Amino acid sequence: MELYVVLKVIWAVLLGVLLTGLAVMVGMDMGVGTLLRFVGKTDKERRVALNIIGPHWDGNQVWFILGGGAIFAAFPTLYATSFSVFYVVMILLLFSMIMRPVAFEYRSKAGNSWRATWDWAFLISGAVPMIVYGAAFGNVMEGVGFHYSWTGQYFQDESFLGYLLNPFALICGVMSLSLSIAQGGTMLMLRGEEPIFGRARSAAIGGALVAAVLFAIGGVWVAHMNGFAFTAPVDPNMPASPLTGQTVAVQAGAWMHNYQSYPILWALPALGFVGMLGNLLMNAARKPAVAWWAGALAWVGVIFTVGASMFPFLMPSTTNPNQSLTVWNSIGSQYSLGWMLLFALVFTPAIIAYTSWCFYVMRGKVKVESITDDSHSY
Amino acid sequence: MSLIDPSVVELSRLQFALTALYHFIFVPLTLGMTFLIASMETVYVITGKEIYKEMTHFWAKLFGINFAIGVATGLTMEFEFGTNWSMYSHFVGDVFGTPLAIEGLMAFFMESTFIGLMFFGWDRLSRPAHLAVTWLTALGSNLSALWILIANGFMQNPQGASFDPDTMRMQFTSFLNLVFSQDAQAKFVHTSIAGFVTGALFVMGISSFYILTNRHKALAARSFRMAALFGVISSMAVVTLGDALGRLDYLVQPTKIAAIEGLWQDSNAHSSAAAAPWLVFALPDDAKQTNYAEIGVPYVLTPLITHSENTAVPGLISLEQQAGPRILNGIKALNALQQYGQDHDAAALATFKQYENDMGYGFLAQKNAPNQDLTQITPANQDAIVAQTEKDTIPNVFVTFWSFRIMMFLGFYFVILFAFASYYSLRNELEKHPLLLKAALWSIPLPVMACEFGWITAEAGRQPWSVYGWLPTFQSASSHPVGYMVFSLIGFALLYSAFIAAELYLMFKFARLGPQHHAEPSVGGTATMFGKPQLADKSWQ
Ligand code: HDD
Ligand code: HEM
Ligand code: HEM
Repeated sequence: MELYVVLKVIWAVLLGVLLTGLAVMVGMDMGVGTLLRFVGKTDKERRVALNIIGPHWDGNQVWFILGGGAIFAAFPTLYATSFSVFYVVMILLLFSMIMRPVAFEYRSKAGNSWRATWDWAFLISGAVPMIVYGAAFGNVMEGVGFHYSWTGQYFQDESFLGYLLNPFALICGVMSLSLSIAQGGTMLMLRGEEPIFGRARSAAIGGALVAAVLFAIGGVWVAHMNGFAFTAPVDPNMPASPLTGQTVAVQAGAWMHNYQSYPILWALPALGFVGMLGNLLMNAARKPAVAWWAGALAWVGVIFTVGASMFPFLMPSTTNPNQSLTVWNSIGSQYSLGWMLLFALVFTPAIIAYTSWCFYVMRGKVKVESITDDSHSY
Repeated sequence: MSLIDPSVVELSRLQFALTALYHFIFVPLTLGMTFLIASMETVYVITGKEIYKEMTHFWAKLFGINFAIGVATGLTMEFEFGTNWSMYSHFVGDVFGTPLAIEGLMAFFMESTFIGLMFFGWDRLSRPAHLAVTWLTALGSNLSALWILIANGFMQNPQGASFDPDTMRMQFTSFLNLVFSQDAQAKFVHTSIAGFVTGALFVMGISSFYILTNRHKALAARSFRMAALFGVISSMAVVTLGDALGRLDYLVQPTKIAAIEGLWQDSNAHSSAAAAPWLVFALPDDAKQTNYAEIGVPYVLTPLITHSENTAVPGLISLEQQAGPRILNGIKALNALQQYGQDHDAAALATFKQYENDMGYGFLAQKNAPNQDLTQITPANQDAIVAQTEKDTIPNVFVTFWSFRIMMFLGFYFVILFAFASYYSLRNELEKHPLLLKAALWSIPLPVMACEFGWITAEAGRQPWSVYGWLPTFQSASSHPVGYMVFSLIGFALLYSAFIAAELYLMFKFARLGPQHHAEPSVGGTATMFGKPQLADKSWQ
């Protein structure tokens, strides 16, 4: 295989890793935000819940930022098109996302009605992004209405209402929210005490259960819905441009082709289910540390299931299928992929090391006293 | 093919400008405060004096209030390239995205992870370990500035990339040229140090408030001195480095420097290039291409810009005319490129290669072509189209001229202010000079203003290009319905107004409250500048 093709495949996998990192780390914090008003009935309880992720939310959020940056660099045309096509949805995501940093820092610095307002901000900024995140996957699997002019300028062929309100996307959105609730609840159990522990436990169990059911429904749905397939062989080494070079057809059930060709891929959805059930059972057994890792595995399973079923498609076009975006045609140049891989190889281990250290330093249960004694806590 | 609706382009520009300017209200303070706080903590760790620990805690608290909005608004920036500048992102994403991705990997992760420990780790880390964490946060925030400015440097002076007709975009060719672009490096130092000035004046101003109101004297006097000394060095450096930036503009962006100086005619249109005046005041009229009410200092312009005695600086009118041939070439380049895209014709490719470096000017001409179609340009209509396009090659002079002057005048004011402040602080005579203290207090917002006007100079002066010489701004945007833009603009306006209201409320509240052990909120003295101190307010506990 040519070096360029190898780099393309590596970056497709890294895209999956990135989306998984985002889902696990940001999803966990979003789950805590969503659950805040439920697990904390009094102000002190809510502060405990917030301080459980207090030292980590900003670091975790960088997964989200890096998601934007890395897709920009590694898949420029995908970044340019997807963010614009989903404009209204993306802006809603942004509006809810940007409330969160402010909510963390400001909530506990003034009186009661002020705090109540920020508590609602946590709910919105936790639930909305997770629904949008999942719904985006759903929309992408169904295909999106866009085409390009000869200069590479994209044009949108479908209104945002179609993307917002379509049943399959909503299933995906709710599933992603449920998984984040499971993961957030698990984190609250890990570092919280009663009564937060108990409330978080029931929320996490509920979340994992709903996620597993929706994952199964989604799977059956995908097996029957329209997918996309090449009608002539494509050259993975092609220049990265969606303008020419492929012929694509819409076919019911096409998203199952990869599974039919490589049955080993069924391990991925299986991993998703195992993760969700593991998370559920371990939380039921009050073992949140194990449950946390099971929840992370659930995300790996879910995201790579989607990736494996679509590969090499990334964002197919319903209105001009030949201009569908794939791993081969929407990616960066060999030169930039190479440099970025180098940076990723150097910095990812460092990031993992210091993030783990940070969690290690802040380990242990968060207690009410420790918050009221520390003038920096949220 | 048609162009994007001009009102969508204008609204996209407005939205980007507002959100970027808003982000940059908070960023300079982060850049400067992280360093000042780390310095205070260093003194604490070395001397073991509790007062420095208290200083670190207090200033870190105010910093945190600011930091939150910096992060929130940064999120917007990261996504806006994709949501609003789709063609831009497609066209240069391969190059431009790389520094953004590296920024995330190298800088944001570091800054954001360690800032958690900086705030929450006081009781869990040894003193040296905590100090290291604080320094890593400061390093992280400045590294983030480095990478984003490398990205911006590429837009100002595209280095390290070339256009690829097979992918219809600019592709990355040299990492070193991108990273060590002079523009990027000069911008980085000027901007970071502008942040130091901002942080220094913030600390100095609030300390002045305590000295004036006789509160927290020990903490205020020490903070004041550190900030004043830090500020005097930084402000001198900002002015020096600003001069270096101006010279770079002269070398690579002649239209920007001419606009900055309000130079319509070539500088040797006066008796000689050497005698050309530097304009302290003028009212540029963009429509008539002339200045009113000029007040200039002769013999300053040429050495200032060219660093030589008698080199002529080209004026905007001749720069426009010089663009003429490039526009014609650009039209040929784009027509050949379109042809090549359809049939991969080797002759078309050869024609394109011949005129490649002018293709941006072809994009610029598209706006004025019949039906916005370059293939409809004929020898009969081309002169009028070229003449019209020439006028589009220069930026708005009034805006560029004045935003630059405001930044620069403020720069000299800061040098003077910090010099006096350091002098009297070192002589322990601050209390005898309430006027100086008041000036410091009321000047807190001025460095932020200088930064904002600096960005307006840099970005408005780059127009009509988003990637200088390669891609015009009006070609860069996403093709949205106007309604989408109205929706997002209103949303940003509402949210951002709420944020700034909340930020100012908390900032004033905690600055008035002053440093203290939160367990015993006792505040002495009376405060008058901001109104009465909130002695009984315990709600923040
Ligand atoms: C405290 C803030 C501050 C102060 C006092 C100054 N500047 Fe500045 N300036 C900035 C903050 C700034 C900035 C916000 O950081 C900018 C915007 C873009 C950039 O790279 O830095 C900038 C941009 C900028 C540019 C445009 C760069 C470009 O084309 O990309 C020039 C030519 C100067 N500056 C020159 C000066 C001079 C000659 C100054 C003083 C005599 C000066 N600046 C003071
Ligand atoms: C945070 C500091 C910045 C501020 C305050 C700022 C300000 C502005 C302003 C005022 C405009 C509008 C210019 C006009 O349309 O007349 C603009 C445009 C733009 N800037 Fe910046 N800018 C900043 C940093 C950056 C950086 C670092 C980048 C790239 C990494 C960037 C990329 C752009 C783009 C893509 C546009 C839109 C296209 C254009 O109008 O040229 N900006 N910015
Ligand atoms: C227009 C392009 C820009 C983009 C896409 C951008 C992106 C971001 C993002 C995503 C964050 C949040 C990081 C976190 O969670 O910690 C952030 C914060 C920050 N940005 Fe920007 N930024 C831009 C312009 C700038 C410029 C021009 C500078 C400096 C010269 C800068 C310096 C910083 C710093 C120091 C922070 C730390 C937090 C704070 O602002 O208080 N940014 N930026």
